[in-house]
Amino acid sequence: MRPDQDPVIEVEDLAVHYRLQGGALARLLGLETRTVKALDGVSLQLGRGEVLGVVGESGSGKSTLGRAMLGLAPATAGSIRYRGHDDAEAQLVSAMSPRALRGLRTDVQMVFQDPGAALNPSMTIERAVGDPLVVHGLASGAELRRRVHEALERVGLSPVERFASKLPADLSGGQKQRAVIARAIIMGPQVLVADEPISMLDMSVRAKILQLMLDLKSDLGLTYLYITHDLASAKYFCDRIAIMYLGRVVEIGPTAEIFAAPRHPYTQALLAAVPDPDPTRMLPRDLPRGEVPDAAEPPSGCAFHPRCPAAFAPCGWEARDLRDQLERYWAGSGLADYESDARVVGDLGAVGTHRDGGLRISTRDPDAAAALLDRARAADVTDPFWRGVTGWRTESDGVRIDLAPGQEPRLRVAPGGEGRVEVACHLHDPSVSHADTPGP
Amino acid sequence: MARRVRTPRVFQTIWNTQGLARYLFLTGVLITGVFVVFALLAPWIAPYDFAQRSVDGVRFPKLAGASGEHLLGTNDQFYDIFSRVIWGARTALLVVGLSILLSAVVGVPLGIVSGYTGGWFDRITVFLMDALYSFPSLLLAIVFSFLLRNAIGGGILAAALSLTAIYIPQYFRVVRNTTVAAREATYVEAARAIGAPPVTVMRKYVFGNVVQSVPVIGTLNAADALGTLAALGFLGLGIQPTEASEWGYDLSRALDDVSAGVFAPAFWPGLAIIALITGLTLVGEGLNETLNPALRRRRLRPVVLTPREEA
Ligand SMILES: Nc1ncnc2c1ncn2[C@@H]1O[C@H](COP(=O)(O)OP(=O)(O)OP(=O)(O)O)[C@@H](O)[C@H]1O
Ligand code: SF4
Ligand SMILES: [Mg+2]
Repeated sequence: MRPDQDPVIEVEDLAVHYRLQGGALARLLGLETRTVKALDGVSLQLGRGEVLGVVGESGSGKSTLGRAMLGLAPATAGSIRYRGHDDAEAQLVSAMSPRALRGLRTDVQMVFQDPGAALNPSMTIERAVGDPLVVHGLASGAELRRRVHEALERVGLSPVERFASKLPADLSGGQKQRAVIARAIIMGPQVLVADEPISMLDMSVRAKILQLMLDLKSDLGLTYLYITHDLASAKYFCDRIAIMYLGRVVEIGPTAEIFAAPRHPYTQALLAAVPDPDPTRMLPRDLPRGEVPDAAEPPSGCAFHPRCPAAFAPCGWEARDLRDQLERYWAGSGLADYESDARVVGDLGAVGTHRDGGLRISTRDPDAAAALLDRARAADVTDPFWRGVTGWRTESDGVRIDLAPGQEPRLRVAPGGEGRVEVACHLHDPSVSHADTPGP
Repeated sequence: MARRVRTPRVFQTIWNTQGLARYLFLTGVLITGVFVVFALLAPWIAPYDFAQRSVDGVRFPKLAGASGEHLLGTNDQFYDIFSRVIWGARTALLVVGLSILLSAVVGVPLGIVSGYTGGWFDRITVFLMDALYSFPSLLLAIVFSFLLRNAIGGGILAAALSLTAIYIPQYFRVVRNTTVAAREATYVEAARAIGAPPVTVMRKYVFGNVVQSVPVIGTLNAADALGTLAALGFLGLGIQPTEASEWGYDLSRALDDVSAGVFAPAFWPGLAIIALITGLTLVGEGLNETLNPALRRRRLRPVVLTPREEA
């Protein structure tokens, strides 16, 4: 985004939490239900006329961000502001009534991932594409027909007569996506949220749809939020890129800058990833312990820390990490070791949080537990986890493990990058001490 | 457009059904067809009106045997049995059709609104409908016909309305559940994304995609509705003999005659009930079998490999 412009959309500290439905009994009794933090404190700005890419693994909250911009996902906290024109009053999307939100959608539109599912199977293309105008009472009769034909022609569904009366089932994937795009542009919107618009299309039509979207952008002066799994298309298509992880933006900046000098360890892993043969999945390949954590219980501190190869003292270590550490140790050691250790710590339930801070292993044999920690650490001394452990000592009924205080990294302007790159990582925060804290 | 394409395909599917199922279905169509003809052409087929007891001032005999004037004889109320059976087809199909139509007209929109809006309204309606559904249907029909008899009398409409109450929950359940699934579909989210208000979303985007299961429920209910109608008539709670001819009522009147050794007044209405119920059941099951993919058993044809031609 150029600094001399007002953003079209400004997202500030946006949170979208979904309450997971517990069982019927839990709901009846009003018990606490789990919440998924689909978005948790996202701030970004969408500049007029730019293409902002949103990249991240499945479940990172990309679609939720896009849907929130249309008011389709309700904001739990934070705000979204929309400004139709540079001199227009900003509207607070996150606080709009349903009626006002419906009005907003003449300006902000959406293109969906699966064109086969995004069109009503029992509506002809002509009716589907014209329905936005009908719904908003913007056109009818011959005028409606004219504008629908114009839109269909604009997206390359011509001769229009061949497509207008067809049902979605009679069209190919690429043609359906063109119809979806026609429906999205027919009201002359300012902003288009494109949620993985090409990921379900055949390789052969992907480039054509991207080209169509670029043409539309320059012809109609559109602004895009382009959500994707696919870094290659993001590199081709986007002016700026936001990298998301577990509901947070971890790095955002100009495309060239992100690709040339990725700062966040997660971004580095994504860029190093071998292209996956299945384009709907994107897996960073060289990350240790590759699972994406449960979004309902994100890791503390930096949500990426359990997978981060560069994690260090302040990254937010917790009991789960010690359990994982012990499991990995046992996986690598012999069965005999495991059996004698299991007698000491029982199952991993013995590993918990100490009431005075830090972690604790409850056991009747504290010395054996301490010895286990010694062995586990010696077996894998380079593991980032040990950088967070400042020491341990035995107590009457267990071992207390001291941890460096963890904190959540905030998105802040990264050093270098001419102030245009923001990154959320302690490595790039000058106020955090980078000295590795040695263990006992 | 959609209709024009789909209807022939439906019949083709049925036609292509193999083996016994096909013959059962065709038998059902034949039987039902006969009664439909009776119903449509009743004034021309039946020699007398359904409530007629005399011709040219001459009263019909009571419990007469079959004769030239009375093909199947007369019953204890001096009615011509043959005419009553023919006119009864009209009553039966009218009541059944009307009740199915009315319960769909109430149940389908209610199911869509309930499933789409969710929340408290949904929970309360689901609870009420489940309660209604778990009630024995005949009991429910009896209660409603009692209530309606005071309000609108004992005619065809009253009978249809009492049956309607029984079948509403079935449409409601099916439509509500498909709506709950459709609500999550991308095209419904897309409809909201273009700014369509909830009523428009339900009308234009949900309705067309959830009503497809409705015709099948209708055909399955038809036989059941006919049985309930006859039962109501048998209990004297259905249609009054002067309002329309109804087989169940005639059957109940004729029971005493059976013990007296006169069978015709009971036999013919009874046969009509059994035949039409059988016909409707066969049609319903046949349609269900072919149209409802969830219930359809896959009939796999063996793959025939044509021998490769020698070069
Ligand atoms: N309506 C909902 N109810 C409950 N949880 C939801 C809902 N929508 C999304 N979530 C959860 O929020 C998180 C983020 O989902 P979202 O769809 O935004 O991810 P995404 O990045 O778009 O993933 P993908 O690449 O698979 O599309 C996920 O954990 C998802 O399960
Ligand atoms: S803050 Fe940076 S270094 Fe620490 S875990 Fe997160 S990404 Fe890794
Ligand atoms: Mg998504």
